[in-house]
Amino acid sequence: MTAVASKPPKSQRSPTFWRDTLRGYLFILPVVLGLLIWTFGPMIASAYYSLTNYKIIGVPEFIGFQNYIELFTKDKAFIQSLSITVRFGIMFVILSQIVGIGLGILLTQKVRGLTIFRTIFYLPIIVPAAASAVLWKYLYNKEFGPISSVFQALGLPSINWLGSPESALFALVIMTVWGSAVTTIIYVAGLQNIPEDLIDAAKIDGANGLQRFWSVTIPMLSPTIFFNVVTGIIGAFQFFVPAFIMTNGGPAKSTYFYNFNLYEKAFKWLEMGYASAMAWVLFAIIIVLTLFIFRSSPLWVYYEGEVRS
Amino acid sequence: MTSTTNTSTSTVYSTPNSAKIKAVRRRQEVTSKGFVYTLLIIGALVFVLPLVVMVSTSLKSYAEINSYPPTFLPNQIVPSNFVEAWNYPNTMFPRWTFNTIFIIVATVPGVVLSSSLCAYGFARLRFPGRNLWFMLVLASLMLPAQVTLIPLYILFHKLGWLNTFAPLIVPAWFGGGAINIFLMRQFFMQIPRELDEAAIIDGAGHLTIWWKIYLPLARPALISVTLLTILGIWNDFLNPFIFLSDPNNFTISLGLNLFRNYFPQLARTDYIMAISTLMVIPMIVMFLAAQRYIVSGFVTSGIKG
Repeated sequence: MTAVASKPPKSQRSPTFWRDTLRGYLFILPVVLGLLIWTFGPMIASAYYSLTNYKIIGVPEFIGFQNYIELFTKDKAFIQSLSITVRFGIMFVILSQIVGIGLGILLTQKVRGLTIFRTIFYLPIIVPAAASAVLWKYLYNKEFGPISSVFQALGLPSINWLGSPESALFALVIMTVWGSAVTTIIYVAGLQNIPEDLIDAAKIDGANGLQRFWSVTIPMLSPTIFFNVVTGIIGAFQFFVPAFIMTNGGPAKSTYFYNFNLYEKAFKWLEMGYASAMAWVLFAIIIVLTLFIFRSSPLWVYYEGEVRS
Repeated sequence: MTSTTNTSTSTVYSTPNSAKIKAVRRRQEVTSKGFVYTLLIIGALVFVLPLVVMVSTSLKSYAEINSYPPTFLPNQIVPSNFVEAWNYPNTMFPRWTFNTIFIIVATVPGVVLSSSLCAYGFARLRFPGRNLWFMLVLASLMLPAQVTLIPLYILFHKLGWLNTFAPLIVPAWFGGGAINIFLMRQFFMQIPRELDEAAIIDGAGHLTIWWKIYLPLARPALISVTLLTILGIWNDFLNPFIFLSDPNNFTISLGLNLFRNYFPQLARTDYIMAISTLMVIPMIVMFLAAQRYIVSGFVTSGIKG
């Protein structure tokens, strides 16, 4: 464990160097062991399984990159479930930023009773995934569901939200945006961190509300947007439980998410090797997307105090 | 939208004969306040409505939920739905609730103790490799659970832990999760170092400082970590779903999922909403009682990360 200790040459090390090192590692021992046992060990195992044919009974049979080749060349469900997940991710990330920023602005206005409004808007974070899924399944129901009756009362066409392939994915997006109050919470905190004198200065310079929003609020909020977009993408790519409970992947596989596919491969068909390969492809996609956003961030993320050439 | 702020600056910059301008501005403020309230109220209604429907449906009679057109509030309140759903044949809601509480009780001390111990090491001790390990802790947040899920399933299978609570409890004692370590570390770093220096002069070791000085001072952070852990376990579906298969060992989320499968055509939505309501109530109470701890937990793990 102390092999990392390379920097100060031996002569310059303080007399308590080894004692300090040992003490430090004793303090962080739980997480070091935890990472090794529950994260890095399994990662190595998973990487190996992904190169094998492994059906849990028996031993993994090494087959090289066969699983990956099959994924990208033969497996239609893989491409389809990936494209569903990407479409969901795009809709969810965009919509949840719009809703989050909109609510964030409303919830940082100087009006009375804000605490009550904040409580109401934050409340969906405490609703368990299973409860939220059965609730929205009822809300979306075409015959008895409240949304249908509201639409009917307004003279709008009744939509079979979860029952038709055109609307099911979008219905899940709406439900997820409702539940992602964490995004709003983080936007509220981000908006509260914007120095008021900046907004005031813009006001004195004659900027109207919209100009202040585009030229002051959004740039100052961009690190928060950056954070929420990255976590939103990571979350969207792991979406599974609501689709499992509400639509069972249907209708016509329109909500057969990537992780639904992965779950069935692993725990229904016990294709542990193949499912591991899918998990690594998922991880690779998340890394590539995150790196892409990180790389692009100098173009649109503004950090206070930074000097632009 | 943001024009309701600051009368102070407008007085500083206004000239004595600008009373007219001020009056106009005040009128604008009133209208924009009205606008803000309108949006807030509409938004709040939309956001709270699903939960209102949940509670309202749980109190409706069987005849009413199947009647047309649907009602918004129950015509006749039927609280017996709760009793009937709770004791429905082939369900074990008391047991499932007990199981969930058992997992919470067995997990929370592990999370609090191990995350704060590690956080103390990261915040206050100097040793080679510290930053590397901290980076690894944070990086682990990026890893999708699916990558480790399969090997962990196989590991737990080999250990004979499948269908026991061990996979849900034991890992939490090893650091208590990256977010919690981060949260505790942020809090510890704000504690003035003079405190530990004084304690060291008095002969206290770091373990004593962690236990006797940092933990008591970090009460708000400990509460945040505890509440977020409770919330996480109570609401978790995926982990129990993968690791538990015997209905005797189900958590309440799995129980609800089993229960709703008894009624594929939404026949007893009143029962399902009654169970959902029962499941949500403890979390709502917790949220109302300690909203700032929960919110600040989310904010710390979000903004500064």
